[in-house]
Amino acid sequence: MKNPLDTLWGTVITGLVLTVVLYYLARAMMGG
Amino acid sequence: MGEFIQHGLGRWLHIMSGVMWIGLLYYFNFVQVDALKKAAADNPPTGAGITKHVAPRALLFFRYGALATVLFGLMILGGKAGQALLFQEKAYVPIGIGGWLGLIMFFNVWAIIWPNQKKILGMVPASDEEKNKARRAAFLASRTNTALSIPMLFFMSSSALFHAPMFA
Repeated sequence: MKNPLDTLWGTVITGLVLTVVLYYLARAMMGG
Repeated sequence: MGEFIQHGLGRWLHIMSGVMWIGLLYYFNFVQVDALKKAAADNPPTGAGITKHVAPRALLFFRYGALATVLFGLMILGGKAGQALLFQEKAYVPIGIGGWLGLIMFFNVWAIIWPNQKKILGMVPASDEEKNKARRAAFLASRTNTALSIPMLFFMSSSALFHAPMFA
């Protein structure tokens, strides 16, 4: 599999996906 | 007066140095990497001026911008830094996550990107093979920081979102 960080779009999409994941993690840590 | 220095001056300088750091990070990733690739393909190659005059200066402001951003960030958090970074207080979870992302990025700058860039730019002796390895390591750390900057900036600026009545 190609490393998504090798392309700019892959990097930006990785960052956006991570943002969504961490957002829900933060909500869960704060009690929903 | 202490409050003004910590939260007024501190926040202002944190944002200014953060713009310097992340602005240069975006310059490297969105501009310089592709520009150097195209310059290397020219006949004769035309990227020497960038690597000789632009990159070292950009890296100087980049790494000290990172240092200043982290120091002013810790200054703003003050005595609450521990609670935020250890997620001991629910209200500080978003800034704790943003802070951790910033600290990981800071580590990448000083422990991976800068030592490898010194080899690439010829500031420390390195064989061609070592330079190639250094190029890949610095590139991936820089791209990792670009990806991490997206959630980092979200958590740095999202307190209103997390603490708005709609989520209460």
